[in-house]
Amino acid sequence: MAYLDHAATTPMLPRALDAYVRTARELGNASSLHASGRAARRTVEEARERIGDALGAKPSEVVFTGSGTEADNLAVKGLHWARRAPGRDRIVTTAIEHHAVADAVAWLGDHERADVTELPVDKLGRVRVDALAELLDEHPDAITVITCMWANNEVGTLQPVEEIVALAAPHGIPVHTDAVQAVGHTPVDFAACGADALTLSGHKLGGPAGIGALLLRRDTKLTPLLHGGGQEREIRSGTLDVPGIAALAEAVAHAVSTEEAESRRLAVLRDQLVARVREAAPDAVYNGDPEHRLPGNAHFSFPGCEGDALLMLLDAAGVECATGSACSAGIAQPSHVLLAMGTGEDDARSSLRFTLGWSTTEADVEALAASLPEAVERARNAGLA
Amino acid sequence: MKLRVLAAMSGGVDSAVAAARAVEAGHDVTGVHLALSKNPQTYRTGARGCCTIEDSRDARRAADVIGIPFYVWDMAERFHEDVVEDFYAEYAAGRTPNPCLRCNEKIKFAAVLDRAVALGFDAVATGHYARKGDDGLLRRAVDPGKDQSYVLAVLTPQQLAHSMFPLGDTPKGEVRIEAEERGLAVARKPDSHDICFIADGDTSGFLKNRLGSQDGDIVDAATGEVLGNHDGAHQFTVGQRHGLGLKRPAADGRPRYVLSITPVDNRVEVGPREALRIDRIRTGAPVWLGPERTDAFECEVQLRAHGEVYPATVTADAGGLTAKLHKPAYGVAAGQALVVYDPDASDGDAVLCSGTIDATTAVEAAGV
Repeated sequence: MAYLDHAATTPMLPRALDAYVRTARELGNASSLHASGRAARRTVEEARERIGDALGAKPSEVVFTGSGTEADNLAVKGLHWARRAPGRDRIVTTAIEHHAVADAVAWLGDHERADVTELPVDKLGRVRVDALAELLDEHPDAITVITCMWANNEVGTLQPVEEIVALAAPHGIPVHTDAVQAVGHTPVDFAACGADALTLSGHKLGGPAGIGALLLRRDTKLTPLLHGGGQEREIRSGTLDVPGIAALAEAVAHAVSTEEAESRRLAVLRDQLVARVREAAPDAVYNGDPEHRLPGNAHFSFPGCEGDALLMLLDAAGVECATGSACSAGIAQPSHVLLAMGTGEDDARSSLRFTLGWSTTEADVEALAASLPEAVERARNAGLA
Repeated sequence: MKLRVLAAMSGGVDSAVAAARAVEAGHDVTGVHLALSKNPQTYRTGARGCCTIEDSRDARRAADVIGIPFYVWDMAERFHEDVVEDFYAEYAAGRTPNPCLRCNEKIKFAAVLDRAVALGFDAVATGHYARKGDDGLLRRAVDPGKDQSYVLAVLTPQQLAHSMFPLGDTPKGEVRIEAEERGLAVARKPDSHDICFIADGDTSGFLKNRLGSQDGDIVDAATGEVLGNHDGAHQFTVGQRHGLGLKRPAADGRPRYVLSITPVDNRVEVGPREALRIDRIRTGAPVWLGPERTDAFECEVQLRAHGEVYPATVTADAGGLTAKLHKPAYGVAAGQALVVYDPDASDGDAVLCSGTIDATTAVEAAGV
């Protein structure tokens, strides 16, 4: 089986799995005052320090959550609520956010009448900073929070987060960035980037699913979503998941320390994959920014083919990948990311995402190359339903 | 021979067992659930459905247990255009459509089958109760209570050649037992009966929503006397007895039935049961499953799903079938299918052809 869907989830690193299992055998609530509790707490604090170290954050800036989605919701809603005031009710987001951000923002718009402004993207899927500049020239005081992902989960385009921070800073507007696809795959430094809040997720970088974190500056005000035991600076109540946290730290430390070499390795494999896809389907359109993108991402439209049909045929051949489409009860919607990039509906439905990760080898790329021609031919026969 | 088979899985017990049997027969099987509603919440909920999120989940869990890959195919757009819109149009024209038959004709054995074949599948397997004979003709299922050859009679020989009905030789009761033995959670799920896209089973309300209300007269067919009124001719079906809302009983005290529906002037005619007696039926263009023929031939015809069977003489021309029944039928509605069976075929009744009923002729008027 060739697994080319690392952006969905990547296998746990053996060292992260070891850390998880080792810690899961141990007793202790990190909030308890006795010896077991102190031991658990020590594991958590060491993990916090390692994550902070790896990502340019102070340990106290690391807030553990139950997922990337939770961290995104906490940031978007929490920052908005904390800064909302008469005449200030606008959230600035982008047209290409993951649903964890996009739907949280939309919920605030629908249920709390927040004024939502979406920054457009160019054809390569890069957020238009000039649009933000214009917006800030008009009514900077009306904005509660700006949220822009670090790297797009579908087409892999890297986003101008530092430019956005530079524009927002003079106005004192907090910036959140969803870096779920970026951490461990491209250099990320929380302090250097200047953002107020940054989301990461365990299972995208070799840790377990069900654990994430929000890096949050100490001086940034945020209203919590969960109330209870007051854990995590009273920002995120809930008993700490000690094994998950230990495994997350192990995965983050490893992914970040090996990132430079691993990125080079993946970029070579990825370019090889792109070349092989073009041989198999010369009319395939390579989506996203050809240069400024995640090293493990290759995203294509196959004109005249349905992405779902290609996925099924490749799956039968033992090659696993993803369509870009969101899915509600099996009804595929064309990707909002591709539509925002100006791709037509048909091409948007014709897309496939191949994502590489730490366990990817040349054999995976070759398996795709071997099965793609027949899959494309059959999918083209079936056409667009 | 090992075939690549696409098993259409509704989430019900029949299609689950059909898929399991296809696997057991040695085929390479992939399960597909058809998403037919643009908004799954609006379709029927609960255990009876075939189009809800719950049904999609049931189908997925059955595929897990059987051990086959599973996908959901979005056929909502096609289903809406070809089945739901047709349903409205037929009622608006004063006819009574059979949407299950239309779905088989346009979706399951057309859009789905075409796509499957293009994608490299050899056949589509469904949980329908029907059989294919060695001669390639469609046969009734061995379980007469479940036989679905009627709603499959619209298939062309090409479509039938790519179809597989693994349940045709098994009584329904045994299928449930088998599902239980196979550990399929849907073993005790109730059968679906109503029209899948009408959430609450209220066909009249569903039609009214789309086609609107328009007051019209209910008229005595014999005398022309206005007996009552209604708020839309599309609410009625030929042969319908209940729900007419007539204040006065008939002179002879006997029940009255809908005899005809004329959408142009929104008029519904009623009369006694005898007036529903017909013995001659004309259909639209036929679909031939057996060899085409133009001579008059003896056969049996069925006029509704799970309905009675009538011995008849049928003649065909390019425009349609004409059936002369050897005993009268009552309440035959235009829009239903006339399915022609050869009762003398070896190995059970075989479907020869079918056509959509356009017109019927009363026994008296035919001069019998």
